Amino acid sequence: MKRTAVVLLCTLLAAPAFAVSDPTELLPDRTQEQRAEALGHQLRCLVCQNESVEESNADLARDLRRIIRQRVVTGDSDQQVIDWMVARYGNFIRLRPPFNAITLGLWGAPAIALLAGVAAALIAARRRPSAPAPLTDAERRRLADLLKS
Amino acid sequence: MIPELGHFALALAVVIAGAQAVLPLLGAQWRDARLMQTAPALAIGQLIALATAYGCLVWSAVVDDFSVANVAENSNSLMPLVYKITGTWGNHEGSVLLWCLILALCGGAVAAFGRALPSSLRARVIGVLGFTSAGFLLFTLTTSNPLQRVWPPPLDGRDMNPLLQDPGLAFHPPVLYSGYVGFAIPFAFAVAALLEGRVDAAWGRWVRPWTLAAWCLLTGGIALGSWWAYYELGWGGFWFWDPVENASLLPWLSGTALLHSAIVVEKREALKIWTILLAIGTFSLSLCGTFLVRSGILNSVHSFANDPTRGVFILALLAIVIGGSLLLFALRAPVMTAAGIFAPISREGALVLNNILLCSICAVVLTGTTYPLFAELVFGAKLSVGPPYFQSTVFPLAIPLFAAMSLGPVLPWKRAELWPALLKLWWAALIATLIGIAAALGLHAGLAALGFAASAWLIAGALAELVERTRLFRAPFATVRARFGAQPLSVWGSAVAHAGMGVTVAGIAGMSLAVSTIVALHPGQNVALGGYDWTLLALRDEQGPNYTSRVADIRVSRGGDEIATFHPSRRMFTVQKTTVTDTAIQTNGLRDLYAVLGEERDGAAVLRLHVNPLAPWIWFGALVMAVGGALSLADRRQRIGAPARRAAAIRAGMAP
Amino acid sequence: MTALPRRALLLAPLGAAAIGGTGFWLLLNRMSEGSYDPHGVPSMLIGKPLPTFSLPGQPPSQGFSSADIVAARRPTLINFFASWCIPCVQEAPALVLLKRQGTPIWGIAYKDKSDATAEFLQQNGDPYTRIARDEPGNTAIDFGLYGVPESYVIDKSGIVRWRWAGGLSEDILHQSLAPLLQSLA
Repeated sequence: MKRTAVVLLCTLLAAPAFAVSDPTELLPDRTQEQRAEALGHQLRCLVCQNESVEESNADLARDLRRIIRQRVVTGDSDQQVIDWMVARYGNFIRLRPPFNAITLGLWGAPAIALLAGVAAALIAARRRPSAPAPLTDAERRRLADLLKS
Repeated sequence: MIPELGHFALALAVVIAGAQAVLPLLGAQWRDARLMQTAPALAIGQLIALATAYGCLVWSAVVDDFSVANVAENSNSLMPLVYKITGTWGNHEGSVLLWCLILALCGGAVAAFGRALPSSLRARVIGVLGFTSAGFLLFTLTTSNPLQRVWPPPLDGRDMNPLLQDPGLAFHPPVLYSGYVGFAIPFAFAVAALLEGRVDAAWGRWVRPWTLAAWCLLTGGIALGSWWAYYELGWGGFWFWDPVENASLLPWLSGTALLHSAIVVEKREALKIWTILLAIGTFSLSLCGTFLVRSGILNSVHSFANDPTRGVFILALLAIVIGGSLLLFALRAPVMTAAGIFAPISREGALVLNNILLCSICAVVLTGTTYPLFAELVFGAKLSVGPPYFQSTVFPLAIPLFAAMSLGPVLPWKRAELWPALLKLWWAALIATLIGIAAALGLHAGLAALGFAASAWLIAGALAELVERTRLFRAPFATVRARFGAQPLSVWGSAVAHAGMGVTVAGIAGMSLAVSTIVALHPGQNVALGGYDWTLLALRDEQGPNYTSRVADIRVSRGGDEIATFHPSRRMFTVQKTTVTDTAIQTNGLRDLYAVLGEERDGAAVLRLHVNPLAPWIWFGALVMAVGGALSLADRRQRIGAPARRAAAIRAGMAP
Repeated sequence: MTALPRRALLLAPLGAAAIGGTGFWLLLNRMSEGSYDPHGVPSMLIGKPLPTFSLPGQPPSQGFSSADIVAARRPTLINFFASWCIPCVQEAPALVLLKRQGTPIWGIAYKDKSDATAEFLQQNGDPYTRIARDEPGNTAIDFGLYGVPESYVIDKSGIVRWRWAGGLSEDILHQSLAPLLQSLA
């Protein structure tokens, strides 16, 4: 809230004008550039916070993109680049949350939801009235009489 | 004068809504026919009052009455007329009034079209709608009144955010809100049923058209929003899993589940408790979406003027509406007795599976969207949950859903065998497999191939259902033709809607194969991308009503033949002093050519160029889905037994 | 299935909604009192040593390095600022006050041109003991900076103790900074 200058800059310029960045940013090696872009898509821009570093036109995002490419070129693995970023900005910068004790509920959500759904369906099935008991002889005779009449 | 009239109408609407909340419900409880009769009149009265209030707001904006605070803050005399009108809902206060207006429209619709309903049910439905309306109207009148005056009035308005001065975003709110708020009607039906203590096949039949209508509108609203993001934000992306987008997806997912489980209630009188819970849940998700976005506690790109005190009011409203209905559910639900029995492998079973999968996806999206909040609250940890999470978790759940979507309609009710049903789909499976393999080999992209295979399965599966029902290739042509004509519209509706989903999936798979590049070109230079030649012809200036713009003329050709010329630009708005890029898109229905103009340096323009295969199919598929929903809605069986169709059905030997 | 577990199952949605609602209410409260900021990024440096850096100076000041700050062996405030940043203008009086109270402030001009910084200092006062320039912005990233102004308190042994993202004000000086500096003295 105190950063009105920067935040306002983002919300006014971000969405529309953030579209294009600098062609000189792109790495010459296509595979490395794709790796760098994939990494960029996994990191949040901390200025325009609802874009990834790859999409944002903020100065900080530009700097971070440059750093990502530098590290990719010097041979850092993907995990090392992410760790470098997390060391400075914390897990908030990761758009793909880490898998640890805190995020167990998050990453386990699909399995938990499915299991809960199946369990609920099974419980409901067990509770449903089962097929009526077979007719006794007396009942069968009565039924035959009724049908004949 | 006019704003005062509108303000008075708004206050009047609050009072009428209050009466609408109390009188019909009392009438239904005491079985007093006269009190119950007040329901339609009150609903229509509230609608007229709110329409007047909104009309006064629009009038003030159109005549540039800057003494109305809302107009002064969000409009400008230079703005084009259409945006003055659509700008009334482009801000917090106006959009809340629009929300209330649509809620009143829902009440009016039930009053006008619900004459076939038993009077106690209709009274209760209108009463519940009135209760919700009263709450929201009170919120609007006290905290977010768009008709507040400001004195002395400024000379001119502060202009609307240039992003909103655009056709797509201008019309996105009313369509989206109609969907969001439309689910209030099934909600009201559910609460009314709980109050009444009875859910039966008739209830299922009455609830379905309203659910369908809301679903169609919500589908359209979400598609409009996504399409707007694609052509306006200039990144070639169309869905960012932003909290505000997720807030619209959640009611859509549970609304789809509701639509399908209401079928089981209607046809088989089973799944009653679950359907009631879904009806309450869908509207609750709509309400939560409103709260989360407007309160500012979520980190989202949607920027309404966020005010925590408003957040508390909405939270209290939610507590009463959602908490109250869920409490009623817990107390009254056991009263519902299920009648239909069915085997696990049956159409009901497939619909249960559909519900489980859809609700799991809904739960996952809800978890992902709200996890950062709870991680902070409980663990003090600051987390982000972004697109990579949602993609990894939603796609694995969507695949079994797509598989079941084609299988379900060909399964008979009550009890079925899996193998014969699968055999009916053999050719759909074959087509899907062939397309999948061809895509995998030709494109070297596994995920896209899976997407194309799923899409083929969905479309062919929808056709397979129609083939099955008309006994095509198995019966003489005359019989087939008779059966074809005798199919109820809802069969066409469901086939079309499922096929529409297939089209959208194909579009998404195609987009994953998009190619793009960033280049700096001088006029006259060209670049090759995606098999096309892109040439920058010229850079020039242009003047608009409230902006000046810098335009690039680009020609795209292939092998010497000109395909298109288009003009991306950057607009500088004079009042708000902001720049907006105007993306240029050229489409031929099968692929989009997409160009964005960036900054200029040394006479060269920086351009971002994309080739997006099958992109238009994403929104075209959504349109097809909405058409399918509309077809189902048009089915006369939804309203009364249709004699003409019945006769045709009897002739074709189908119905008893 | 007996009635009790069934009741529990039916109450589950209400329970979940109640938990959710309570959570949202707590967050709303925290947001209005300022302890919850959805957009704030917490600092990773608290409790850790100063990042290593060495920056050129803003004339006439000499530049400085992280070693210089550690060598000074007293609590120091590092303030990142820029001439193009409006909140920096607003926090200038607070910084001048802090300097008068005896705390050394070492400034780092972030992504700023030398003459623009000089003009800014002339117009708004110069509370800085030393001023360095981080034009590329790499040192700022090592600090985990995401906007200007930002201020860091370094204790005698070179450990980062406190970070404020945004402009300082007299209130913040009184409530947070003064007690902290006292405890570190």
